[in-house]
Amino acid sequence: MDKREVEEIYYLMSLGRKFEYAAKEHYMSGEISGFLHLDIGQEAVSVGAMRAFEHGDVFTTYREHILAIAKGIEPKAVMAELFGKRSGVSQGRGGSMHLFEPALHFYGGDAIVGGHLPNAVGCAYARKFQKAQDGVMALFGDGATNGGAFFESLNIASAWKLPLLFLCENNRYAIGTEITRVAPFLEQSKKAEPYMPTIEVDGNDVIAVYEAVKEARSYIQKGHGPIFVEAFTYRWEGHSMSDAARYRSPEEVDIWKSKDPLKRVRKLLTQQYEMSEDEVDELDKKAQAVVDNAVEFATESEEPGVDELFDNIFVERVENVQG
Amino acid sequence: MSKVEMLYREALNRAIDEAMSSDSNVVILGEDVGLYGGSYRVSEGLVAKYGEDRVIDTPIAELSIVGNAVGMAIGGLRPIAEIMTANFALLAFDQIINHMAKYRYMSAGKITLPVVVRFPQGVSRQLAAQHSESYEQMLSAVPGVRVLAVSSVNYAYHALKRAIFSDDPIIFIEHELLYNKKGIVDFDEEIDIFKANIVKEGSDITIVSYLKMVDDVIKAVPEIEQKLNKSCEVIDLQTLNPIDFETIKKSVEKTGRVVIVEEDHYTGGYGSQIASFLAEKLFYTLDAPILRIAGEDTPIPYNRKLELASIPTPESIANRVTQWGESNGL
Repeated sequence: MDKREVEEIYYLMSLGRKFEYAAKEHYMSGEISGFLHLDIGQEAVSVGAMRAFEHGDVFTTYREHILAIAKGIEPKAVMAELFGKRSGVSQGRGGSMHLFEPALHFYGGDAIVGGHLPNAVGCAYARKFQKAQDGVMALFGDGATNGGAFFESLNIASAWKLPLLFLCENNRYAIGTEITRVAPFLEQSKKAEPYMPTIEVDGNDVIAVYEAVKEARSYIQKGHGPIFVEAFTYRWEGHSMSDAARYRSPEEVDIWKSKDPLKRVRKLLTQQYEMSEDEVDELDKKAQAVVDNAVEFATESEEPGVDELFDNIFVERVENVQG
Repeated sequence: MSKVEMLYREALNRAIDEAMSSDSNVVILGEDVGLYGGSYRVSEGLVAKYGEDRVIDTPIAELSIVGNAVGMAIGGLRPIAEIMTANFALLAFDQIINHMAKYRYMSAGKITLPVVVRFPQGVSRQLAAQHSESYEQMLSAVPGVRVLAVSSVNYAYHALKRAIFSDDPIIFIEHELLYNKKGIVDFDEEIDIFKANIVKEGSDITIVSYLKMVDDVIKAVPEIEQKLNKSCEVIDLQTLNPIDFETIKKSVEKTGRVVIVEEDHYTGGYGSQIASFLAEKLFYTLDAPILRIAGEDTPIPYNRKLELASIPTPESIANRVTQWGESNGL
């Protein structure tokens, strides 16, 4: 992979992590409220997958800040959304869990576990129908693979040979329930095996994720039907800010922190691509400046007006008015 | 050609056919809509004309039927999702309520979902509790979807065609006993699908209804008018969300008396919303208490005698309205 791409990947991962820590800080101080799901520790999956799938349609879940940014949504528009401001990507209507930008083919932001998978299948149908070049990618966690929507989607995507890349981000825990307590095995790609080819990848190795998604993308674009990629990773934080993560030991978390995906790319840049530590630090500084700017922008932005409450429920506005 | 007599299902078929012929983005998907021709023959002949890519036979997976339709709309198509019967749609309620109704709002209007979900429902003939249900009360309480209830053949044609080309998600409720109903479609008519229809004019009693109950009310009216010596005005609501309060209001201001007839269960039924509106806004216009006639709060039984006892019929409507009229000085 060329150096510029690895640099860009490192920069986006660094930006993502700094963004998440800033979001955490502003949640603690009260500017951000509701549910906030942080992606810290899983940046390699988010950034690797998005860099390898630049042009296609992406459907994902509520843990999607870094995905949105890696897909090209301005960090300040994401932060402003977390702050509930009108300048947010969803104008303060969605919040952290609901980021959407159809212009960039990003259909973010679904917070019903597994519920976006049938939508991704439908979109893949449309793309095949239109003979479009780029396929569709659906991201989901291990927790989504136990529900009906998941199995229906595997079945239909496979029966109709749809250009759909299933990307399972296996972080081992569905909130507080370890996957092996509610599924017969750790590897959820086994569930997809009767339907489509599967690829398993170290989700903390961004280059491996990038290569796997690129290979999978090429498979669906050739019209072979869907494919399943499973990336094994770990979230450092709780499921959301309201989760103290008492269901796992500090030792376990430490083991995974030692596999820090960001440090791995840094090492790659300094050892294989001959960048100095200072040069990599510069990327971190650039990322921090963007995050600081995003926070400033979000802080200064206006809230939506109460008179906008009814906007965008329908295209054709006819109301049942109370009072 | 401006006025043609046809069946309700033929009117629906015609609307879909014309929409598919004028816009290649219109697709229909559902269980047995293609080669089989549709459980109620609504999509008959369409697969031969438009091919299997546009008339899509799905597996028995309602969540996916609606969920895929939502994704197709995101991808730029105009899907019509057919649910075989309303009870099965409960498996799709997550997609209807959490996805179809909310993506537009949550995305600040960036996502547009031109989806029609066709929704056959109601008490048919001895299909028992899992094939006879009605869900307009739940669906009309969901901000983000429109709910139409189709009684007349003319409205069936116009409303479906209009719904297919609307950019909003629409639940299009059909009644399973109406598919072979005959009626006239006036092709030249331009109708506002968000308006109720006055089926019969009158001056003393307003009877508000929708779906198949409109026909049962019309059958009951001669006896009511004869026994009470009063005239009835019958309103077919047609649109359940938005509600056309204006048409109801005008009629009640004229008559001062209202009866609401629905097939669905009494408790929490859609008619309670209309009753609430009347009590709130037209209390001093009313000359008699509102009368609600609805299905009983029971699962629908198989036995025909019990089945008929569980829902309003032309006879029970005539009896209840007459008694109510007599005890309220009519």
